[in-house]
Formats: sequence, C-alpha cells, structure tokens
Amino acid sequence: MYEFRMPSLGADMKAAKLVEWKVKPGDKVNRGDIIAELETEKGDIDVEVFEDGVVDQLLVDPGNKLPVGTVLAIIKNGGEEIIHEVKPAMKKVEEEPVRKERPEISRPGYREQPIEKEHRVRASPLAKKVAADLGIDLKTVKGSGPNGAIEKADVVKAAEESKKEKIPKEVVFPEPERKATEERPFGMRQAIAAAMSRSNREIPHYYLQTEIDMSKPLKWLETENQKRGVKERLLPSVILMKAVAKALNDVPELNGYWQNDQLEIKDATHIGFAISLRQGGLIAPALHHVDMKNLDELMHDMLDLTMRTRSGKLRSSELTDGTITVTNLGDRGVETVYGVIYPPQVALIGFGKVTERPWAENGMLDVRRVLTATLSADHRATDGHRGALFLEALNRYLQDTENYE
Amino acid sequence: MSEVNDNRKKTTYREAVREAIREAMKKDERVFLMGEDVGRYGGCFAVSKGLLQEYGPDRIRDTPLSESTFTGAGIGSALGGMRPIVEIMTVNFSLLALDQIVNTAATYYHMSGGAFNVPLVIRMATGGGKQLAAQHSHSLEGWYAHIPGIKVLTPATLEDARGMLWTALEDPDPVLIFENSLLYNMEGELDTDAGAVDIDKAKIMRTGRDVTILTYSLSLFKALEAADKLAEDGIEAEVVDLRTLRPLDNETIFRSVSKTHRAVIVDEGWRSGSISAEISARITENIFYELDVPVQRICGAEVPTPYAKHLEEAALPQVDTIVQTIQNLIHQKSYV
Repeated sequence: MYEFRMPSLGADMKAAKLVEWKVKPGDKVNRGDIIAELETEKGDIDVEVFEDGVVDQLLVDPGNKLPVGTVLAIIKNGGEEIIHEVKPAMKKVEEEPVRKERPEISRPGYREQPIEKEHRVRASPLAKKVAADLGIDLKTVKGSGPNGAIEKADVVKAAEESKKEKIPKEVVFPEPERKATEERPFGMRQAIAAAMSRSNREIPHYYLQTEIDMSKPLKWLETENQKRGVKERLLPSVILMKAVAKALNDVPELNGYWQNDQLEIKDATHIGFAISLRQGGLIAPALHHVDMKNLDELMHDMLDLTMRTRSGKLRSSELTDGTITVTNLGDRGVETVYGVIYPPQVALIGFGKVTERPWAENGMLDVRRVLTATLSADHRATDGHRGALFLEALNRYLQDTENYE
Repeated sequence: MSEVNDNRKKTTYREAVREAIREAMKKDERVFLMGEDVGRYGGCFAVSKGLLQEYGPDRIRDTPLSESTFTGAGIGSALGGMRPIVEIMTVNFSLLALDQIVNTAATYYHMSGGAFNVPLVIRMATGGGKQLAAQHSHSLEGWYAHIPGIKVLTPATLEDARGMLWTALEDPDPVLIFENSLLYNMEGELDTDAGAVDIDKAKIMRTGRDVTILTYSLSLFKALEAADKLAEDGIEAEVVDLRTLRPLDNETIFRSVSKTHRAVIVDEGWRSGSISAEISARITENIFYELDVPVQRICGAEVPTPYAKHLEEAALPQVDTIVQTIQNLIHQKSYV
C-alpha cells in the first residue's frame, strides 16, 4: 500500500487543483505512468505515479484545490489481487474507531505496511546513488546480492545494457491542446515573483560574460543539417545545451543546489530550459540527462518539451528536477542576458543573439558570428575563478562539435 | 644487504615496550614506573625485568595490591609535576581503579577550569586467548574509548609498542595504553633508531580494493592473515590498523571505506555497545551512500570468556571467521 500525495512541483507551490483522474480504481499502474492532471500556476501538469501497483481508492474528487501533501489516492502495490469482498469489512472494523482519535492519519497505509516492505526494492545505498546518477530505474534492475539485493555492479551492468538498446526515437509532435485557464497567468506571475524575490534576497549573484566565436560550430551545424531531412535537422540550441552539459562535467560545482548552508553537487545533469509562454510568464522544465544524450535525442526531447510546455502538458518530474537553468533570449534580439538564478540552483547560463561582428585574431581582422554567453552564479557556492573556468570550457566544447556523439 | 641488517635488529614486543620505558627514564627524570610486581618480580609479563637494577626503587616502584590507591597516587604525582607510568596488570583489574580514571583523571582539567591537567600514562594488558578464564581475559578498551578526557591507544606493531609511550608521556592529558598480552612474545625486526610515533592516525597496513577490514591490536594480525587467504580467492582486502580508539581517525576510515564500499570491523570486545558499534555508526552517519553492503562486525561472543581452550577459541574472532564473513559478503551467499 502506498499513499499517493499531492506532490510539490517547485519551491513555491503550496496547493493545486485536481482537474481529472486518468485512472480508476482497479487500474494497474507502473512507476512513471500519468495518473492525474493538476492545475497549477505553471499550467496543467500531468502527474506521474512513483510506484508500481494497482489503484485501490481515489480519495479526492476532481475540482478540489488541495494543499501539498494531501493524500489523493491509495495505490496497492502488494503485487497480489485485491480481494474486494474482504476489504469493506475490514474497513468498518479497523478504520472507523481509529479515525476518531487521529483523523488526519489514513489507516490503510499503516495497516498494510509489512506488505509494502516486502515489495520495496532492495538496493544498497551506493547502488541507489549510482542509479540516480545514471538515470536507471531500480525496478528494472536484477539484483545479484542476497535475496535479490541490488548492488552497484548490478546497476552499472543495467546501465550498459540499456545504452546498447537505445535507438533514437521518432520525433512526434503532440496535438497542441488549448486549455488556458483565466487565473493561470496571474497565479504564475505570483509564483515567479516569489521565486525571483527569494533569489534576489538570498543569493549573492556574480556575473561573468564572454564572447564566443560561433562561426565554426554554426558552419558544422549547417553542413550537418544539409545531410538531414527537414524533420531531423538540429537547432543551434541543441549544441549549446550539449556544450553546457559538457562544461558542467568539468566544473560540476555549478550543477547543484544550495541547501542547508551548503552546496550539494548533483551528479545528474538536468538542464532547466527557460520557455516563454504565449499568454505570458515562463517555465523552465528540465531536460533530463543532457550529458548522456546524443544530439538527436536532445533535439527530440527539446521539441517535445517545448510543445508540451506550451500546451500545458508537462510531467511533474520535469518541473522539479532542474539542476541548472539555461535561458536563451537570442531569438528575441537580445545580445546579453543577465539572469536571476532559480533557487535552490546555483547558476544560470544566458545566451544572447548571434550577431556578425568584427573579430581580431592573430593580428588579422575578420567578420565572425559571435554569441555572448553569460554566467550568473551563486557566490556562496562558487567563486569567479570556477565560473571563468566554466565559460572557458563552454567555449572549448563549442569549438569541438564535430567530436560530439 | 648487510647495510639493511645493520639498521634493523631482532626484538620482541615485550623488549620494545621495555626499551620505550628505558628511553623515557633516560630522557626525562620526572618519569617513573609504578604498579604491582613491576620491581623485584620484573612485571607479571616480564616487561620491566631488569629496570629496578638499572634505575633503583625510587623510579621503579612496587605498589600494594590496590589499583585505586596507586592509580590515585599516579594522578597526584602527575598533578605535582611528575610524569608517572602506572602499570595495571590487566584491564579486568583496572575496574578497581575506574573511579580514579573516569571520575578524577579524565575530569580534572575540566573541573578545575583548565587550571590542572593530568599528564598521566596508564599501561595495562588486555585480551584473551591464554586460558585465563572470565576474570583475566577481557577486552574493555572499547569501554574506555567512551570517556571524554582520556586518550586510548592500542599498539599492535613493534613500532607502536616502541614509539607510542613517549608521545603519550608528552601529552598533557591522561593516556591509556592497552597491550594485548598475547603480543608480548611476538618477534620481529625493528629499526635500531626506532623512536616516538604519532598517536592520532590510523594506518593502512595492506591496501586493497574490495573490502576494508578495520581492526586493532592482536586482531590486526588475524586480519592480515585473513587478507592473505582472501587474496588466493581473488579478493583484495584493505587492512586498517586503528591504532588509537579515542580519538578515532575518521578520515582514514572514511577514505578507505569510500574506496572499497565494504566495511568489516574485527574487535575482540563484546559486540553490544562496543567500539565496533561506534565505528559502524560513524560510517553509516557519514558515508552511507558509499556503502554497497551492510557493515559487518566480527566480535567476541557475548559470554564471560570461557576457560576451556576450544570454547575460548570459539568465543574470539579467528582468521577463518574473517575469511568466511568476507567471502559471503562478496560472493553474495548471505550476510551474517
């Protein structure tokens, strides 16, 4: 048994409205399946379930606005058939008397705890850490330890196997659904206001800026795109994201959270990608594991993410997982971006417009396509020296696109 | 070849301790040794044999059979400016002096607001394995490691037997040195110019990638023997000599376990509330996400140490137990 609760989809979310259930009691669900749609300040969010199981009870009716943490549903993950005849009888005997004493505790979760324990994934702490880093779902890993416990070696093996199987997915454009609610822009404005005020209040920002000669990478991209069909073509943003991920690998201190007065470096690189919305406001959903994806996968995922953000169809994990944010205002004609960090992240990368500029090199003057890249970083977490190393690495990787996977 | 031999000499653990006492007596005239039978009898483990003839009864002092009295006298003389080495026959007898050690020696600096420190060294024998039964065979050093205000040293090697005493005497606060009585006869080679060593760092005695064995004193040699056997099976064990139980060298422990991701603690003391429990707790508190298997402990059986030889052997950690525990841990048969 497991209680599915109203998730927190960001530091500033306090409540959300349940729009509709995507499942009904008796449905089988797997971890990652979408089971409900919520209406938040950031749009309508498809919420994923965290465990495998069978939907037992839906406790809340659509249309209600509910605080974070409210139990919304009971998922049975005992792995056995639900016995419907026994259940109501037990409810009457056990549930009601206890409710009088402690109304806020939902009994089913307590009563069934031993069953949940038997079926939880047995994995070592190290295996869990490595699985999180590699983006491996432990449920898919076969353990070689005692009673099937998963150890590090099992996760590494699973990661290698899944890499082999991975084939670039076909690009699918989802049907855009227009479903803008009246109150969303206002609520979102408030959420952005809260996050940005907190950022400016708490984070001592420092800013670094550098000019990057994009002639070589853009030339490479153009040549590459000539070989591709229209649907497979790559946008410059893709190589920018990839280069950011590679540079973060060199300077990992910029990829993480400042929490409890210390820097928590994240091993996974989930880059929040600021997307502005037509009705106003912006969302920075996370592109997962940018460092581990090739350019085709990234292109597909970026398009998919952008479409779903604009149609209000994000998944909950995409709203909460970002480890750093990239904002690209080049399309809007801006040359330089000085960004505000999205807490608890510790850095934001800004890209401006690529413009032709005079460029002196080795005593010669030339016209080059130049991009201004900026880094806004949290001075509690890093110093300017590390920041400078990052921008230097970013430039180096951008000049090296032909060696990307 | 001969040059190397010139700088090394054959010795025993017992001689190394005696040499350490002799050096301290020579270097500092405030140093003196006192305890039961340390003078005319030469010490119940013959550590101080010959020292009475060398230094006379003022500096090698036989005491009455009263641990509380002579430990208290040691505290008093340390406060009075001397540098006493108090020898207590075995750790079991030190319980009679517990009040002096825990309530007085360990607290005086604190209780006097920093006015009086107690530069006292207490040596005592510890450990089982000699068929001396339940009142002479225990390993209670882990208990002492519970007490703030004292340091607890457990020299295992000849180098440490020879070198820890002087560093302990230089320490401004009480230091307890636990010598496993089975080690006194251990033979080996020592540098002719061997001298003082540090007392605050654990030492990696053998490097390995698969598992870290954390241990001290006599068990160190069982662990090293086990590591040899495990190597035949392709398992590379790293063996850490803790050397000092209070303060524990967290850094060395965490670094090694973070490398091997598996930790096994070997401790002759009883399992419940032991130093091995403390080490295990620190590992899970600090480097939980480095662990690939649960921390394992190989400890003394929780019984009064038996007199019968085969039972005593069964009650103490042995090489085979260490080998088997680690093989199970790595070949995934089962955890203990």
